[in-house]
Amino acid sequence: MMTMVDLNGLKAKALEEMESEGTLRVVVGMATCGQSAGARRVMETLKKDVAELGLDNVNVAVTGCVGMCTYEPILEVLETGKKKVTYIRMDPEKTARVVKEHLQGGKPVLDYTVGHDHAGNLKNLEDLQFYAKQERIVLRNCGTIDPENIHEYIARDGYAALRKALLEMTPETVIDEMKKSGLRGRGGAGFPTGLKWGFAAPNKADQKYIICNADEGDPGAFMDRSVLEGDPHAVLEAMAIGGYAIGASKGYIYVRAEYPVAVERLKIAIGQAQEMGLLGRKIFGTDFSFDIEIRLGAGAFVCGEETALIASIEGKRGMSRNKPPFPAHKGLWGKPTVINNVETLANVAQIILKGADWFRSFGTEKSPGTKVFALGGKINNTGLVEVPMGTTLREVIYDIGSGCPHGKAFKAVQTGGPSGGCITAADLDTPIDFDNLVAIGSMMGSGGMIVMDEDNCMVDIARFFLDFTVDESCGKCTPCREGTKRMLEILDRIVAGEGTMQDLENLEDLAENIRLTSLCALGQTAPNPVMSTMKHFRDEYLAHVQDKKCPAGVCKALLGYVITADCKGCTKCKRVCPVEAITGEVKQLHVIDQALCIRCGACFNVCSFNAIARN
Amino acid sequence: MPEDPEVNQNRFGTGVGNNTQRRLGNVNDQSKCACSCGCITAEDPRFAELKSYIDSLNQEQGITMPVLQEAQRSFGYLPLEVQKFISENTGVPLAEIYGVATFYSQFAIEPKGRHHIGVCMGTACYVKGSQKVLDKLVEELKVKVGCTTSDGKFTLEATRCLGCCGLAPCIMIDDDVFGKLDDVSRIPDILGKYE
Amino acid sequence: MGNVNVTVNGIEVSVPDNYTAMLAARQAGVEIPSLCFLKDVNEIGACRVCVVEADIKGVPMRNLPASCILQVAEGMNIRTNTAKVRKAVKTNVELILANHNRECLTCKRNQNCELQSLCDELGIDQVRFQGEKRKPTIDNLSHSIIRDASKCILCGRCISTCRDVQGIGVLDFTHRGFQTEVAPAFDFSMRDVDCVYCGQCIEACPVAALTERQYIDEVFEAIEDPEKFVVVQTAPAVRASLGEEFGMPVGTRVTGKMVAALRRLGFDKVFDTNFSADLTILEEGTELLNRVTTGGVLPMITSCSPGWIRFCEMKYPEFLPNLSTCKSPQQMFGAILKTYYAQKMGIDPKKIVSVSVMPCTSKKTEANRPEMEVDGLRDVDYSLTTRELGDMIKRARIRFANLPDETADSILGEYTGAGVIFGATGGVMEAALRTVADILTGKDLQDIEYSAVRGLDGVKEASVVLPIDGKETEIKVAIAHGTANAAKVLDAVKAGQKDYHFIEVMACPGGCVHGGGQSIVSAQVRLDVNPKANRAAALYAEDEACVKRKSHDNEEVQALYKDFLGKPNSHLSHKLLHTHYAPRKVYECQA
Repeated sequence: MMTMVDLNGLKAKALEEMESEGTLRVVVGMATCGQSAGARRVMETLKKDVAELGLDNVNVAVTGCVGMCTYEPILEVLETGKKKVTYIRMDPEKTARVVKEHLQGGKPVLDYTVGHDHAGNLKNLEDLQFYAKQERIVLRNCGTIDPENIHEYIARDGYAALRKALLEMTPETVIDEMKKSGLRGRGGAGFPTGLKWGFAAPNKADQKYIICNADEGDPGAFMDRSVLEGDPHAVLEAMAIGGYAIGASKGYIYVRAEYPVAVERLKIAIGQAQEMGLLGRKIFGTDFSFDIEIRLGAGAFVCGEETALIASIEGKRGMSRNKPPFPAHKGLWGKPTVINNVETLANVAQIILKGADWFRSFGTEKSPGTKVFALGGKINNTGLVEVPMGTTLREVIYDIGSGCPHGKAFKAVQTGGPSGGCITAADLDTPIDFDNLVAIGSMMGSGGMIVMDEDNCMVDIARFFLDFTVDESCGKCTPCREGTKRMLEILDRIVAGEGTMQDLENLEDLAENIRLTSLCALGQTAPNPVMSTMKHFRDEYLAHVQDKKCPAGVCKALLGYVITADCKGCTKCKRVCPVEAITGEVKQLHVIDQALCIRCGACFNVCSFNAIARN
Repeated sequence: MPEDPEVNQNRFGTGVGNNTQRRLGNVNDQSKCACSCGCITAEDPRFAELKSYIDSLNQEQGITMPVLQEAQRSFGYLPLEVQKFISENTGVPLAEIYGVATFYSQFAIEPKGRHHIGVCMGTACYVKGSQKVLDKLVEELKVKVGCTTSDGKFTLEATRCLGCCGLAPCIMIDDDVFGKLDDVSRIPDILGKYE
Repeated sequence: MGNVNVTVNGIEVSVPDNYTAMLAARQAGVEIPSLCFLKDVNEIGACRVCVVEADIKGVPMRNLPASCILQVAEGMNIRTNTAKVRKAVKTNVELILANHNRECLTCKRNQNCELQSLCDELGIDQVRFQGEKRKPTIDNLSHSIIRDASKCILCGRCISTCRDVQGIGVLDFTHRGFQTEVAPAFDFSMRDVDCVYCGQCIEACPVAALTERQYIDEVFEAIEDPEKFVVVQTAPAVRASLGEEFGMPVGTRVTGKMVAALRRLGFDKVFDTNFSADLTILEEGTELLNRVTTGGVLPMITSCSPGWIRFCEMKYPEFLPNLSTCKSPQQMFGAILKTYYAQKMGIDPKKIVSVSVMPCTSKKTEANRPEMEVDGLRDVDYSLTTRELGDMIKRARIRFANLPDETADSILGEYTGAGVIFGATGGVMEAALRTVADILTGKDLQDIEYSAVRGLDGVKEASVVLPIDGKETEIKVAIAHGTANAAKVLDAVKAGQKDYHFIEVMACPGGCVHGGGQSIVSAQVRLDVNPKANRAAALYAEDEACVKRKSHDNEEVQALYKDFLGKPNSHLSHKLLHTHYAPRKVYECQA
């Protein structure tokens, strides 16, 4: 059983180990993205070579995702009193060199680092423009601590909030603090967390539950994964605090099965917490007992919806249920249940420890705190960014993301995944918060932010999102099950060049119906991508329907390829055409037979003289 | 790719009803069987292991999902015999077990290959050209999306977002993620790493 | 539990605070349309046809909630007829139609389909969406139930009925999203799964996705064949429901018209299953007394419900020795018909076609059980449902309401009140008690209404003190209706918690009056009317109107024993009127 003294003592000891004089602490980013880039082999080489060279003052640790995915695998060297050195795009060969020259020889290998600034000083990760406007609260430990070592979490004030809550606060004061902080759910709906806890607390029941929704299913979103892989204890501690606040002794973490590393890290974390008495019976010597069980998803996006998630834990098909009654009153097995998103929970411990006022010092009045975004798509710096609410979209896309690659023009940014809408250049100066994004026709969603450029067709993008929704619909209610499918069929016709104006009208009617009458949020928000693209890019829809053209050049059925006068007669295109639609002699102008052409674009891709026009 | 009339595929070829090869278009056609007929016998020791697992859950509520997940881990897929066994030992009607098994994409009613290839079709990967990656794999493995190669080595599926969007386009083979596959020529080498 | 004040379309009503918006609307005189709603069975808000506009404390709800689930609150303002609601409901119905087999004219539920009625009432005049449709799987391999996926609207009423009401769970939603289908596991045919054919799913289905296998054409053909002597028997529960096929109120007793109609359809003889119900009591009562006095297997359990027999064979095979070896009245009748009656009347039994009209779908499979024959002649050749009889009468253009009351033929048509009440839960038990009590006391007891065994409680218990071998013995009995309740009783007996002498089990909740072959009552009508109660009342009324109310007083049955069988449980009785059972395996690979 953990006491106050123990926790402080552990913290001091861990800090000492991590930051002792003369010790070199080497961390390798081993989240899924790091591993997929090759970090495992980097780690293997690192450990092997350090051992072989007998470097006793070198401590090697895994760490989570730092967010700058294009630089993975990342290896950082920390030495007390010296500036941290960040090595990027590492491989086993480079690692061997770093071990020899830097760890053993004391000289950083400058070629492999991030680079220098104007004054010639070595830059590390934090110096990058990418991080300049970020405020890492949720991600504070990701990339710094070893997620598989509870002591490092404790070194960073881990479990101090739980101790404070249990020993210095009552459940009511905990809820009050959460309410005052103004923290809103980070899973997408933005419902005030304190309020939700406040609904569940007064309900009398023989059992209540706290559930962590780790079924991060929005395509393009990986914020929760990073937290689970990089700082799992933050989630455990928050769940325990929540359990104390509402009177629950049991918690579940529902993790999607596609996150094996996260599941592994969580299992280790839970085991370590249990060993130390930070989970289990009579925590910190109080009457409060709390335990956490992991439940795996099995590949159903809809299980990210809270009632479908509950159904899944109950062992059933993940089919959503009507609200009201809300889970806070009648949830898992009919008991009062609070479901919070991973990122939401990752804020809790710090709010309790540092106070609601501290939290409110970030962000906006109505949306305090920060938000983690997964920046992806046509953007130079893809990765995970955490910014205070109120940061503008322009700042995120251009200052942090460095804009669209290859000099292409920005077209739109999609937030909220398949439930969200597209935002055009006209609204880029909008300060990001829950209400503002809804006002401009989108929503925060879980944090996926996908940038699109002039080469993306918005009709095709809308169709893509709708296809996702059709596949993931649970199938229970008529409008979502049948309606989205009919919408998709209409869009299929449109991108195939068979759309009519009546189709556009039907699309809007269906969208309105699905939005208004669907049983759950998946259905209710499913039409958003279509509706917002129809609103902002109606001209593209009209081009597809009336002119049978795809202005962005994406929808294959609507593309025409024509060989221009620039043709040199090299015959490359003729040879590559799969349907032999091109005729022409050597050094003569070639011609594409439009009747035979299947619009595959092979000729376009292979022509070195830019002599094929696509329209 | 040609439309298989029996398998209802979405654009990327992941039939949610992957298992529809076994589904009877007209139930009068009894030439197709819904079980694995002889591949898994009643004496298979994995049944005893599964029973231990079920018992270890101690009558907890809502155990259908964990039991199916454990059964899939052990047997590799969930044919009639396995689902019947689970129904008999948990008291949950077979129709409900089957209903749960067919709801979730990860449960396989039919055998899967030794290695599972998931091509991410999430937004970020899609926008970066994951369709080309999928096409290349179809070509290399000579297999349809959602199906298993004839030598039982690989099952190819299109998946939802893997969460590695910074490295789009990505694929996942078993637990390994491979990113930045805009250069599809890397694919044959990657496949070669697997037995 | 108090009342709250709500407004529905401007009308103020005060309703209990546990009411839903739908019930509150009914009180205000507005019937909100629905499809997936089935009171107490399926309240899941899936079809989205019952959506309404609602304010909670003056704040309008963002979306349109399902009124079948939305609980009322003080001051709630519900609007069911705004343009927004009408448009939304119409669109949702259109969406259902877009994925539906719309060939109403050739559909079994034409004129009696909840979806069809809805289209009419809502003024659906187009289906704007064309596209992929559900695969038209038809499963007609079983003798009893046909499943047509092209008609299914995924309401889930059948699933909830089978899983929650009956405790079996043959059907469930399978796959996901647009691919969702209601089906047995692995798409097995209904023929090969643990279905007991109780047909409660058919009673629950608002459309024609689940229907019974019909034999009308075969019966008409037999009637027209001059070589064939076609005989019909009618189960007790049929007379309490047949009238509904012609628009009469639920539970109208139409015994006389039923007989008249059957005659006009051309059956050579019109008899009554109540006759063999009385016969069954004699056989079964004797069997029970035998077991009680000679230490036979107890508790003895009735065997007239074929759905229950299948349930026992599949789920509780350890209780097979407890089953009475008596055939059901339907089967006993057929056996006697082709032996006793044929001999007595000098008719070649091979030319007799034995037809039954039953409130039951499981009887079709029962009639086809291999052992249900005597010397190669099937006891029953065709078992029809109440609905099929209604169809036949309509096809023959007979105007049912105008028919006179007629009575059944002799010598297999006489019945006592005890026979009639077989159709209600507790009826078999009461009939048995009336006879057993007289036998044991040696008296002609007048107090013959055993109210403890009547009514709709799922499990009923009673005890009667009767002299056995000179000793006053408490005979303990139990009655269960619905297979879920049967399981409860059996589990209690298995666990040693209960100890009975005799148990009556009916597979269908309410007993045969709510069998799978009875007239189908829509979900909306069921909000006001309880078919189980109304139809049972009709049977008890017929019992009261009978002069003879005890099975052993049936003179035609007495003649049967005197002239043919000898005595109950005689060697001949055993050959003709008794059967055997075996455990049944399901979900077996057919390849």
